[in-house]
Amino acid sequence: MELNAGIALVAIAPFIAALLAPLVQRFSAPLAGWLLALVPAAIFVFLLQFIGPVADGQIVATAIDWVPAYGLKLSFLIDGLSLTFALTISGVGALIVLYAPAYLKGHPHLGRFMGFMLAFMGAMLGLVLADSMLALFAFWELTSVTSFLLIGFDHSRQAARRAAIQALVITNVGGMALLVGAILVRQLSGSWEISALGSLAGEPLYGLVLACFLIAAFTKSAQVPFHFWLPNAMEAPTPVSAFLHSATMVQAGVYLLARLSPSLGGTAAWSGILLVFGGATLLWGALGALRQTDLKQMLAQTTIASLGLLVMLIGLGSETATAAVIVYFVAHAFYKAALFMVVGAIDHETGTRDITALGGLADRMPLTFIGAALAALSMFGLPFTLGFFAKEEMYAGLSDGPWQDIFALAVLVAGNALLGAVGLLVAIKPFLGAEVTTPKSAHEAPIAMLAGPLVLGAAGIVAAVMTDWLAHSVLEPGASAIMGAPVPSHLTLMINPASIALWLSVLTWGLAVLAYQQAATIRTLLRRVGSLLWTADQVFDAVMFGLIRFAGAVTRALHHGRLELYLVTVFAMLALALVLPLLALGGIDALLPLSDLGDWSARLAWPDLQLYEWAVALLAVVGLVAVLVADNRLVAIVSLGIQGTAVALIFLLFGAPDLAFTQFMVEVLSVVILALVMTRLRLDERDHRPFEDLLRDGTLALVCGAGVSLALMVVLSGTLDTKLSDFFTATSVPVAHGANIVNVILVDYRGFDTLGEISVVMGAGIAILALLRRKKAAPAKPSRAQKATS
Amino acid sequence: MDYALAVLVGLFIALGVYLLLSRSIIRMLLGVTIFGNGVNLLIFTAGRLTREVAPIVPAGLDQPAGPIANPLPQALILTAIVIGFAMFSFLLVLAYRAYQELDADNTDTMRLAEPEDAPRPPLSY
Repeated sequence: MELNAGIALVAIAPFIAALLAPLVQRFSAPLAGWLLALVPAAIFVFLLQFIGPVADGQIVATAIDWVPAYGLKLSFLIDGLSLTFALTISGVGALIVLYAPAYLKGHPHLGRFMGFMLAFMGAMLGLVLADSMLALFAFWELTSVTSFLLIGFDHSRQAARRAAIQALVITNVGGMALLVGAILVRQLSGSWEISALGSLAGEPLYGLVLACFLIAAFTKSAQVPFHFWLPNAMEAPTPVSAFLHSATMVQAGVYLLARLSPSLGGTAAWSGILLVFGGATLLWGALGALRQTDLKQMLAQTTIASLGLLVMLIGLGSETATAAVIVYFVAHAFYKAALFMVVGAIDHETGTRDITALGGLADRMPLTFIGAALAALSMFGLPFTLGFFAKEEMYAGLSDGPWQDIFALAVLVAGNALLGAVGLLVAIKPFLGAEVTTPKSAHEAPIAMLAGPLVLGAAGIVAAVMTDWLAHSVLEPGASAIMGAPVPSHLTLMINPASIALWLSVLTWGLAVLAYQQAATIRTLLRRVGSLLWTADQVFDAVMFGLIRFAGAVTRALHHGRLELYLVTVFAMLALALVLPLLALGGIDALLPLSDLGDWSARLAWPDLQLYEWAVALLAVVGLVAVLVADNRLVAIVSLGIQGTAVALIFLLFGAPDLAFTQFMVEVLSVVILALVMTRLRLDERDHRPFEDLLRDGTLALVCGAGVSLALMVVLSGTLDTKLSDFFTATSVPVAHGANIVNVILVDYRGFDTLGEISVVMGAGIAILALLRRKKAAPAKPSRAQKATS
Repeated sequence: MDYALAVLVGLFIALGVYLLLSRSIIRMLLGVTIFGNGVNLLIFTAGRLTREVAPIVPAGLDQPAGPIANPLPQALILTAIVIGFAMFSFLLVLAYRAYQELDADNTDTMRLAEPEDAPRPPLSY
């Protein structure tokens, strides 16, 4: 049980370390790399103890209740596949964490960088250990986010920002697809746990589920046509490229396919799609690598190729192919991370990573050269390296298969040959031959930067020599987890001349050496062809800028900055809100049943107003009309006063003396203030509206007015609930001891309301004071100043 | 009698809306005032009209002797009138200051914050 809780800690510890990383960096700068590397190293050692049990066929699982109400668990599982990945991540991670502070020495944000790296490692470990698909999704997205932060680490460069956004957008499209796929699978199987899945091949939604997971895997693992973000991601500092964009994060897609192949695999669609896309990616990446002269870009392209190769192998799905997946993954992680670190060291020590500007570094950087050579041997696939085993396994069993297998074999041989050629280029070209002057005077890299390439390069050979251990402890459990059935190993150090796989390897080597010798010619040729192609990268820019333009157009359409149009919208909504319910809920019918008018003359009663009441109403109408037609400011102000006075008189006539007095006072004050202000302004008080505006505004005004009138009539035709008024009337004297009921309501029953009202008045007063006190000759006065100068 | 006032309320609202839709700030201000008066009358009328009897309890009594005007809408309107006046004063001063600073009383020409030729969103990363 203690062990099991430790599994969850494996995924959590790096996050804690990530939080502490900036502090560690600040207070122990020279040792920070060594200290922080302890975390992944401890995880690596902790995970080593599972090799024995897992090799014996055990599966170690643990779960933390996440949302128990929904049956959600944060479940983790260690089997051969996840253990292989987790060991690789933590092992390579320890060397990278050691390497990074030396590479970025003196960078002001190194602590932040280390935090991002460790957080990424936690996400990646969580991803490969997760059993719950939701946990997998969460960690998957976390790797995308940390990758974004790391690619954009040098955020002052536009290329880095673009690459970061591109990687985030592409991998998040896949992340969304993964979520949809996970939810679909949950609906089909009734469980979030991957370990509980059976085969989904016959399910009705199989095609959709497959499409979702394939999009997720292809975007993350940079398969054609989503491959273009990976070379751009090389904008990141080299430790990031070595860790995320070769050995770990981009392998998440491969991991997902491998993990799901017992559930989704075995169908024609599965193998067909994986073979076609994987094969295309392999060749595209391998050729792309030969096009480049930048060492880092070359390696990035070979990573695309290797990812394509792994996808192809998963698509093949045979026992040997599955075994090859495991061996190739480990071999690739070792040599590719090592070569990236070598390139980083070359870049760091010489100031360039252009292969044509480098040569003869072996004397000056002997240890770096040894690391590069060891890694390249494995990449080239000579015997006694992991790369050799990977190649043997993938060739085995294909040569006597149907034509599809032969075709796949041809693609694999060609791809491996081109990759081998790139391996030779990277390891030989900068180090051997005549010495070339470099921007910086080259010297050996510090020990922290050498440890990675040397250890990983050596590991690629040591692991191969320990054949039985490799076969029993890594290959068999890993391949069995992918196949869903025990896979026996037949790795042997013996070189068997009768095996056709060996002769295919020899063919591969021959082609690789040929391609190495003709590299310059191939490069020129590829560049000539490549410049004609319209790249997916440009499509991405077109889509992104199209999105920005679309957003801009929508914003301008809705947020046009013309006040009267905003108000038109507001009042159009008011008109609809008034008229629609009247029509839909029968309000008009209740007032005036149009279908059955009956004796309509009886309804046409003259309102029972007294003569003086008529006079007041007429006064209001006159005031209103005068405001409308006033053609000088004094008439407008006086007319405003007239309608206000009429309102006050109405209050007075219908038993509201308090209101009448207040209204009178307010009207007088309004008229006085308005007259004072308006005489100071040379305003044009007449209304200039074009005819169409007049029509629009007039219609809206009439509809709103009529709507309010009709709604009010509907209200009046109903009964009034006087409960509240009755309560106030009955209790005003006995309880509140006030005879004026309105005043009692204001200062007693609704005292807080009145307090709020006073606060509003005070706030308005303060604002007015502030506005008037602001000095007229304030600095910000652009319109007049501009007018004066222009 | 109530229905006649309902028609009058409609007139107030219609004129208020019409003035608010103007581009001239000062007319919008008149519109705010008239719209406010219309809404006050609306509340007043919705609480039913009673002629001449103010909601005041005569001295020496616990309850009003006969039917009185509805006191609740009156209390609400009293608050509304005061707040409406505060807002009117504020808007007036704001318009005055805007005229001084921007030399404009027309909303179409008040484009300091959102100029007509505002820059498009940047097409870069």
